[in-house]
Amino acid sequence: MARARFDIRSQPGFGTIALFTFALLYLPIVTLVVYAFNASDSLSSWGGFSLHWFAAAAQNQAVQDAAWRSLIIAASAATMATIAATMAAIATTRTPPYPGLGFKYAFINLPLMVPEIVTAVALLIVFARVKVWTGYSGLGYLILAHTAFCIPFAYLPIRARLEGMDQSLERAAADLYAPPWQVFRRVTLPLLRPGIIAGFMLAFVISLDDVVISEFVKSGGQDTLPTYMLGQLRRAVTPEINAIAAAFLALSVVLVTIFFFINRKEA
Amino acid sequence: MPEPAAVPDTRIAVECRGIVKQFGEGPNALRALDDVSVAIREKEFFTLLGPSGCGKTTLLRMIAGFEYPTEGSIRLHGEDIAGLPPFKRPINTVFQSYALFPHLTVWENVAFGLQMLGRPKAEIAARVAEMLKLVHMEELAQRRTDQISGGQGQRVALARALAPAPKVLLLDEPLSALDYKLRKEMQIELKRMQSETGITFIFVTHDQEEALTMSDRIAVMSKGKVLQIGTPWDIYDKPAERFVADFIGETNFLATTLLGIEAGIARVRLPSGVEMSATLAEGYVPSGAATLVVRPEHARVVPAGGPTADQPSGQLSGTVENVVYFGTDTHIHVRLDEGFTFMVRQQNSRSQSCGVTVGERVGIVIAPDAAQVLRD
Repeated sequence: MARARFDIRSQPGFGTIALFTFALLYLPIVTLVVYAFNASDSLSSWGGFSLHWFAAAAQNQAVQDAAWRSLIIAASAATMATIAATMAAIATTRTPPYPGLGFKYAFINLPLMVPEIVTAVALLIVFARVKVWTGYSGLGYLILAHTAFCIPFAYLPIRARLEGMDQSLERAAADLYAPPWQVFRRVTLPLLRPGIIAGFMLAFVISLDDVVISEFVKSGGQDTLPTYMLGQLRRAVTPEINAIAAAFLALSVVLVTIFFFINRKEA
Repeated sequence: MPEPAAVPDTRIAVECRGIVKQFGEGPNALRALDDVSVAIREKEFFTLLGPSGCGKTTLLRMIAGFEYPTEGSIRLHGEDIAGLPPFKRPINTVFQSYALFPHLTVWENVAFGLQMLGRPKAEIAARVAEMLKLVHMEELAQRRTDQISGGQGQRVALARALAPAPKVLLLDEPLSALDYKLRKEMQIELKRMQSETGITFIFVTHDQEEALTMSDRIAVMSKGKVLQIGTPWDIYDKPAERFVADFIGETNFLATTLLGIEAGIARVRLPSGVEMSATLAEGYVPSGAATLVVRPEHARVVPAGGPTADQPSGQLSGTVENVVYFGTDTHIHVRLDEGFTFMVRQQNSRSQSCGVTVGERVGIVIAPDAAQVLRD
């Protein structure tokens, strides 16, 4: 039978490959989550349903500290990155094109392409020196480092939103006696909000998730949740790790869902 | 058609002098406006008319403050405003896309300008109510702007721009998105609002019919230049250049030889050898050849070999090529013996048809004073 057109879904093996891909993506996560509810302290044999490990993780002071630290870093870094990214996006979209503008776009997005380990080592060296000079060794370094690598992530959705915005709206506001700051506050900012929220959420999740840079930049006793988990894996592994990971996953899913609904309502 | 009464107040509201706008540099430079000068009178309905790309919108944006001239000055009631940003100019704009703020209600849109001017709350409320009443939108005040129709959006855009009582209102093809019937209604509405508010309107359009019906005066633009400024009557009946005559309404051009000029009246000879007289366009510089313009409704078709003797204004002859019925009138296309086509527009009457058939030999009588020599 001659086919009217090529249909990839009817090719041999398509279903198998699709199934395999989904299994690869989700089976490990499902296993991890399931074993978080394991009553026994084994990662491989099922000993009945229990919330024991969640309770253990919640009562573990080190986990609490790491989680709290992660949230503080993510919230501060995402806030600063979003502010910087918003300003960068306005500066690069609300200007007539000039030579070098394309270079600036690339310059803002380049950190996405730089291998994270390179950034991490570079920050380690610089901050080590700064720590000696200033004597300060608080969370500031982690926040600063996270802010830096979150900026391009926050920039992307904000710039996309600004470019999609009808510029005659801002012109209309200026025409109706709004000086530049009022144009921004009364028109640009409200219309940009979904983009800013998207940028913030993205930066927040990226920061929350980071291991490599945090591992290099943190001082002693500054574990974030991911670096704490990494540290635990080197020692005795109990389903407590599963419980932490499952809770972490739940938080991410909730954040992404919130972001999705805010965006759909406002876009 | 009688000449309309002179504009009541002839003081100048906006004066653009020697405006040049150049985009780009060097050999790729584009002159969007090339030495444009217009003076718009107070309380006038002034139209910038021309095809897309003629520079009319650029000029409007310059008066609004969204573009700055490369050369030249813009004066508002004598004060040079060319360097002022838009928010410092007492001029408001109705945008082609309306540009209503989507996150605000109709009421908030109309109040925006007054709020930015820092007017007291009570005054804003009263003024917004007055404006919404002017555009018949009182009932939809609390609607979001994405919940109203295109025609209603148009009214809100007008109310928003009129609310701060600007000295000049700029309208950038505001009716182009509306369907035919709504557009006709809005044309009348706009004229009403202009006379009620007494604000100077500067209107941009590429629609010559719209320009003729609404304007006190029209500036016809092409390729960054102003070709002619005048009343609709001037522009239609005394076009100075071929472009103006061609762009406004339908018209016939006849290539003739200039025989002489006497007391402002030219004597010309058609290729057929027939001689006739014609008025001269303003600023005409005599040369050997002269292009004659004749509006289709200023000529009529007569049976061939008709009474030439008592029609001294000249006569053409040819064969009827096409007869097109338009309801109110009929267009008769006649292929002249000289080879080109001449169109005659004849008013229809109920009792009889236009009386000619395709292929028939006819003569064309041009009404006295109907022919004009163009400037080019």
